[in-house]
This record gives sequence, structure tokens and C-alpha cells, in this order.
Amino acid sequence: MKFIGLEIRNSSLFFLCLLTQVVVLALLLFHANVSENTQQGNLAEKADLVKTWQLTDLCLFTEARYTRHLSQADLNTTFQDHPFSFEHFPSGSFTQPYTELGQ
Amino acid sequence: MNHWLQKQRYIIDFTISSLLRRKVKNLGLLALYSLIVFILASTMFFTYSIKKEAALILQSSPEIVVQKIVAGRHDLLPVSYLDGIKKIRGVAKVESRLWGYYYDSLVKANYTVLTPPHEVTETPTESKKPVVTREAEAEIKPLFDWHGTKLESGNLIIGNGVARMRELGKDDYMPFRAHDGTILNFKIADVLSAESELVSSDLLMMTEDDFRKLFGIEPQFVTDATVVVKNPSEMGMIALKIKERLIDSRPIIRDEILRTYDSIFNWRGGMMIVIFSAAVLAFVIFAWDKASGLSAGERHEIGILKAIGWETGDVIEMKFWEGAIISLTAFFSGVIFAYIHVFFAGSPVFEPALKGWSSLYPNFKLTPFVNIEQLTTLFFLTVVPYTVATIVPIWRAATIDPDTAMRNTGE
Repeated sequence: MKFIGLEIRNSSLFFLCLLTQVVVLALLLFHANVSENTQQGNLAEKADLVKTWQLTDLCLFTEARYTRHLSQADLNTTFQDHPFSFEHFPSGSFTQPYTELGQ
Repeated sequence: MNHWLQKQRYIIDFTISSLLRRKVKNLGLLALYSLIVFILASTMFFTYSIKKEAALILQSSPEIVVQKIVAGRHDLLPVSYLDGIKKIRGVAKVESRLWGYYYDSLVKANYTVLTPPHEVTETPTESKKPVVTREAEAEIKPLFDWHGTKLESGNLIIGNGVARMRELGKDDYMPFRAHDGTILNFKIADVLSAESELVSSDLLMMTEDDFRKLFGIEPQFVTDATVVVKNPSEMGMIALKIKERLIDSRPIIRDEILRTYDSIFNWRGGMMIVIFSAAVLAFVIFAWDKASGLSAGERHEIGILKAIGWETGDVIEMKFWEGAIISLTAFFSGVIFAYIHVFFAGSPVFEPALKGWSSLYPNFKLTPFVNIEQLTTLFFLTVVPYTVATIVPIWRAATIDPDTAMRNTGE
């Protein structure tokens, strides 16, 4: 196979591609490691906000009260139509019936 | 050793040429395979990172939250309940919380309105209530300081999501319709940082007086209470005592909050996996068909190879490399694109599902928590089954007579 004017073997090209992918993945893992350390400040800021304002939930789904504060919702609001019914709000599908409900 | 390596290189050379002869079919397989790895890896990276971040952040959440339940619904908690909780042995501190939701019809979004937590010392009875003049009251009025911003009556601190959506900034005014229909105008004292959006995007922070004015909640009620215990290992026991003392209460301990987020983003049970399991199943059928059923052309090729002197072992090695080349390329491409998708691009593929019907969605950048264990799991879930699946049928095809194989042509 010709590659940039040079005759290059298929196997060499394959190993070159594989090596490039391994190097890129290694760089991304290095990025993950560095980011984990550099973002400690951000994590601390969020933890401080949670502690000071006594927050209980992540602000992920703001569409309904039981999806906004998943951990604080009434036990029966999530599946208010029927215990196994489809959720009215799409993000409600992420929640599962309370595991200790029958106890 | 050198001879063995040279032989493998020649086999790889031949395998790639053979794959390129059926370019469209094999490139299609590679693209589909990469897409499946991309989706699985994205789901794994996203759920693991958000779970870990939630666990780290929510570790600072209240130890016990006490709600009042009326007819199965969360109701306002009488302030008198707080004294009862404070008297329980092992309770170090009780604080009341006032919070609720405000629907902004202008942008069709729900905001979470809250006030600074208020520590309960002792509920003043009418006889003990000190007499304070208006001037003195203004002087002793507690001010809440948030990173240098004083939260005073008529002021608001808003989350970055609210600011972005309403295009508001510091010193702007934000009108609210109170419970009695009157319009209350609040001045924005500060906007919370964009980095904290994962917990604060929809927050509106105001003073207790303003909150009560806005929602018409009487001073003898709060939304719920938070409890700090002297010994954290007794959290469950204290929660039980609260439940015994206040029958209509529902104590929620921190572990339950953490468990909630652990179960939501369990990648094996998540909605994304349910949706994409159909795609995975389609791929499994496609790969199985490709790997197990040899086409007439491939049989013909094997027949010729055997006729010119290739041994069964060589044919199997060739097919092993075919599987390895496709699966390794797909694995690395899928994982690399998944990392870029989740940690650089902000998971646009998952956004519609996570966003649901909410108008206010936080812009957040996840901390990349990736480990070798995740990559190994993914490798064994995707690469190994495909490579193995290609070997077994080839064993059958490679052992047949070359003459028979070459006669069955007609691809």
C-alpha cells in the first residue's frame, strides 16, 4: 500500500494506527488523572455550597418536584399513577421504586 | 522468534488485503462496532463519573432531614417539632430549612427557592419573648454572608442557570408574583458560579422574611429540619428515635440520599442501557452472522489458500487477526470518542434523555473519573466475544477439503 508516496506494508500501517490509538488513549487517561487533581477546587466549592445551604440533591432534572429533589420526594409521588406505570416526566424513568417500600 | 514474527506480519498483510477486498461490508461492520463501543463506553464514563461526583459532593449534605408527612405527602413542619427533636439524646444541633418551588411562567421553568438554614436554640414562648424596638431589630437582624455577599431583605442570590435563562446579572431586578397576587421585586446581589451549576443551577436564595412574604407561610411552620448528631455512627438510631417520638415524621438519613444517586446512575439498570440494548442486540446478531456464517467467497478463498499450501493453523491465525484487527480498532476508536463526548463535549447524546421536559438544564462539566477497571470490563465485553466468535466457525471451514470449498463458488 502506498502511503505519502512511500511503499508501506499493511501490517506496518495497522500497527502504526494501533500505536497512535494507544498513545491517544494513554494521553486521555493522563488528562483524566490531571483533571481529577485540578478539579478538586471545583468539587470543594460544590461541597461547600451543599454544606452551607444544606442541599440534598443534584440539580439535574428541574421539571417536577420529585425529579428535582429525588431523595426528598414522597415515596408515592414518583409512581403516582400506578406503581409500574410509565412516568409522566421522561426523567422520572431514571428513578426506581423505593427499595424499602414494603418494609 | 523472528521467523514467527515475520510470519505473523505476512499473515496480517494478507488479512488486511482480504478485508479491503470487501471494503463496504467490513467498513460498515467497523463503524457499527465502534458505535456500540462508543455508546457503552459513554454510558459507563458518564454514569461512573456522575455517581462518584455525587458521592463526593453530597457527603456534605445534612446528616438527617426530618419531614412531616400528611396523607402520604410532604407537609410543612411545625416549629414546635424542633424542640422535641433537640431533646433526643445524641442530637447535637437542629436547624430549620425553608424551601420550595417557584414556577416562572415567562420561561416555563421551575426554580428552587431557599433560605439560609436557621439554627434552633429554643422556641420563644409568648411570655419569654423579648421586647425589641424596630431600630434594635434592624441592628440585630442576622445577615447571611455568602463569600462576601450579604443576603439582606429584598436581595437575591441566584444560580447561574437562572441568570443564563433570564439573561440577568448582578444588580438587576427580578419580579415575582407572591401568593396573594402582589408583585415583589428583588435585587440580585450575586450570581453563583458556573462551576457549581450541578448543584446550584436553579437556586434562588433569599431571606426568611422574603420567603414567607412570597409564599405566605406562617412563622410557626418551616419546610423541614436538619439534624446533626454527636456520633455519626448513631445516625440510624437517632432517626429511629425521631420516628418514634414524632409518628407523622419521615427522617431521611444521608446514606439514603447517597444511595438514591447510586441507584439512579447504575449503568446496568439505567434507561440508556435499556434503549441501547436493542442496538447491542442488533450488533450481536450482525456480528454472529458475519462471524459464524462464512460467505461462499470466503469459503472459496480458504479453499484456494489450502490448495496452495496453507495449513489449517495458518487459516485460523489469519481469521484470528481479522477479528483482532476489527475489534481492536473499533474498541480504541469507540473509547477515545466516548471520552471526548463525555468529558470535552458535555455528553450531547445523553442530553435529550437527561433534559426531559425541563426548560432549565444545568451546563456542567464532569470530572473525568476513569480507571483501568472500567476499560478492562469494556474490553472483555466487546473485543473478546467477537474475536472468539470468529475462530470457532473458521475451525470448521478450515478443516474441509480444498476441492469441495473451491467448487462452492458464486458469491
